[in-house]
Amino acid sequence: MLNYVWFALVAIAFITAIFTGKMPDIGTAAVSGAETAVNISLGLIGIMALWLGIMKIAEEAGLIKLLARIIKPVTKRLFPEIPPDHPAMGAMLLNLAANWLGLSNAATPLGLKAMEELQSLNKSNDTASNSQVLFLAMNTASITIIPATIIGVRVAAGSKDPFSIIATSLFASTCATIVAVLVAKLLGRLPVFHKTDPNNPPAKQTKGKE
Amino acid sequence: MTEVFIQILKTISGWAIPVLLVLIPAVGFFKKVKVYEVFVEGAKEGFEIAVRIIPFLVAILMAIAMFRASGAMDIFVSFVSPLTNFIGMPAEVLPAALMRPLSGSGSLGIITELINTHGADSFIGKLASTIYGSTETTFYVLAVYFGSVAIKKTRHAVPAGLIADAAGILAAVFICRFMFG
Repeated sequence: MLNYVWFALVAIAFITAIFTGKMPDIGTAAVSGAETAVNISLGLIGIMALWLGIMKIAEEAGLIKLLARIIKPVTKRLFPEIPPDHPAMGAMLLNLAANWLGLSNAATPLGLKAMEELQSLNKSNDTASNSQVLFLAMNTASITIIPATIIGVRVAAGSKDPFSIIATSLFASTCATIVAVLVAKLLGRLPVFHKTDPNNPPAKQTKGKE
Repeated sequence: MTEVFIQILKTISGWAIPVLLVLIPAVGFFKKVKVYEVFVEGAKEGFEIAVRIIPFLVAILMAIAMFRASGAMDIFVSFVSPLTNFIGMPAEVLPAALMRPLSGSGSLGIITELINTHGADSFIGKLASTIYGSTETTFYVLAVYFGSVAIKKTRHAVPAGLIADAAGILAAVFICRFMFG
């Protein structure tokens, strides 16, 4: 799927640029996009090291497993492929909790830790498992109780009631999360995607199209 | 009332991280975990993961940057706007909504501009804020999360993420019209 989306973005940009005369601009943009990507990645090193260090302590202290056990009733249904007190569960909960609180700096490292744990249960090393897709979908829809960034913008713009959007954001992101879970589950059952499931026992193939 | 609320939120966001940073090592310490050694061991992975996601993020951000610079977004907006008018979304907000899954900084730029032009407490300002506050930069999350574990075949992750984004935007329009409209 990403193959199509990625190529479509580049091809549409090129064709549009022919008509809008922005050909030099898209060239510059490609280069600066690549630069931004590297800056973002390198900028993550410190915060990643910090949170992965803390997470390792939490793991050794048994905290992650404890968290995993607490949310077992919910996660058992959402992630049937994962053993209920696997550390992946605890890591996912911490990531979602960081999202709820609007702590985006902490959320990314915690989410990547969760992806790593999920990957340890994935039989394929290049194809996403159902659990990974579901976790990702929940993350892109992330419920936020305190959308700190946008509140900051509103305060700066002199809003009389900068927090009025908390309730509406919470409602919208909850709807998005419910849809994310349903869609990820349903799409996973479609033959196209079911066939490529790396953990689908009968057809243990990893050379799916997407 | 608002004052108290501001104070509570400030306290939560100010305290949450320091509390976690002392609480987790404290539990570890009392459980006889060698906290310093274990921390360093975990932190080692940080560098590796950050470097591992570079190629994935370069691919995604390059394509999105080209798309934005070409002006294709404006053309796309004019195609979709009859549809959004129908559901009651002001045309001004549409570029922000479409940009949201592609680029965090891009959409924040558009939304900040909307807030400054129309006012933070206008309907447009509130709707744009809600859209920003309730969705994530799907393609960034996709590149970083899957990149960190070297997953290239993402199966139904793209459609699921985008449908969830669309649902979030529709829900934002609905609730904002209900509460502020």
